[in-house]
Amino acid sequence: MGPVSFRTYREVTGDDRSQLGEQVAAQRERVHDRLRDVTRVVAIMSGKGGVGKSFVTAAIARGLARRMPRGVGVLDADLSSPTTGRLLDARGPLRIDEHGVHPARGSGGVVVCSMDLLLEDGAPLAWREPASERFVWRGTLEAGALREFLADVVWGELDVLLIDLPPGTDRLDDLTELVPTLAGVIAVTIPSEESRRSVERAMRRAAQAGVRLIGVVENMSGYACARCGAIAPLHEGSAGSMLAETFGVPLLYRLPFLPGDSADRPAVLDALTASCLAALP
Amino acid sequence: MKFLCIECDAQMRFEERQQPGDGTFAAAFACDRCGRRIAMLANPMETQLVESLGVKIGGRTLEPEPMEIVRGALVAREGAFVDESGLSDGRVRPRFSDESQERLARVPSFVRGMVKRLYTEYAVERGIAEITPDVMDRARSELGLEGM
Repeated sequence: MGPVSFRTYREVTGDDRSQLGEQVAAQRERVHDRLRDVTRVVAIMSGKGGVGKSFVTAAIARGLARRMPRGVGVLDADLSSPTTGRLLDARGPLRIDEHGVHPARGSGGVVVCSMDLLLEDGAPLAWREPASERFVWRGTLEAGALREFLADVVWGELDVLLIDLPPGTDRLDDLTELVPTLAGVIAVTIPSEESRRSVERAMRRAAQAGVRLIGVVENMSGYACARCGAIAPLHEGSAGSMLAETFGVPLLYRLPFLPGDSADRPAVLDALTASCLAALP
Repeated sequence: MKFLCIECDAQMRFEERQQPGDGTFAAAFACDRCGRRIAMLANPMETQLVESLGVKIGGRTLEPEPMEIVRGALVAREGAFVDESGLSDGRVRPRFSDESQERLARVPSFVRGMVKRLYTEYAVERGIAEITPDVMDRARSELGLEGM
């Protein structure tokens, strides 16, 4: 028996009833429609974990909320290790009505959507689906969850929606596909050389994707004494200024580690916010 | 995705989609020329991959529910969401299971909204949190909705 001969997909000209391409396009359209009243979407990223990116995101969000009349939102895109909801004192449950899912309201009036609000305390991110061959679909499922956080949450009118990205660059790729109008990214590093190398990779990836690099925040840039306010070294290195120079972007702020009872805390965080606000497109 | 009846060199027509509830999914196609019918059977991994994309084989006939993927697949805390859509008296709106959504999708579009509302009201009145095909069967029997 010889090879079977038949027409190919393109040669069969009837309708593709599934229209998977159109369904995906409709999903993108829903994201676009939902963000129509958001003036700018800005991602906060770092190639490295543990640099305090979520702390910086929450601090900037609270600060901007005092200066931006239409409001500020935070989408915690770190699905596996979400912390931004807690840092902003946002609590669930999330209310659903005919308009979509309403975000939680955190401190300063910042609206928040985070896995933190949906998972049991201390529980890892887990999906109900069969565990076998999870590696095949897990990334797709998480990209779908990010899309739903963007498209199905009633963000309303906002001056800025901050996206707190997880370490690495995978989620940035998902985000740039879903939000082609992304206004830019702020990179967060700590002073160390290890952090510089890791964050450089992430910034290069963002630049390759055509995403505007707004600037760099160097976190844990020294230790601020709670009594006298003097800054003592905490990490060796100057990753913030080196990254800023490499990419030709501003070093937005050197944020020292601040003890919780530091009297300088409000002023320092205010200065961080002012610097970021001035750099926002 | 298109299915071709090689014997007839004719594109097959999508008939229906089924989810037997074991993590797999099936779609039936028929050739209008020779009457041959085939079923495409997807294993759990393939089924999950399609569902992860948030798309429906055979086309989407119902608008997606808010956070359909997250609410359907995430192991979430109890009461993570409060569904208040359409209910002004504080009662929780029931969720349609995947299987019941499949069945609802087969209802003609011009009456689908009314049928969905009837099932929802039936479930709300009885405090049923999730509408499954079994609930739909009971509702049809009790409300005299045979054929919907």
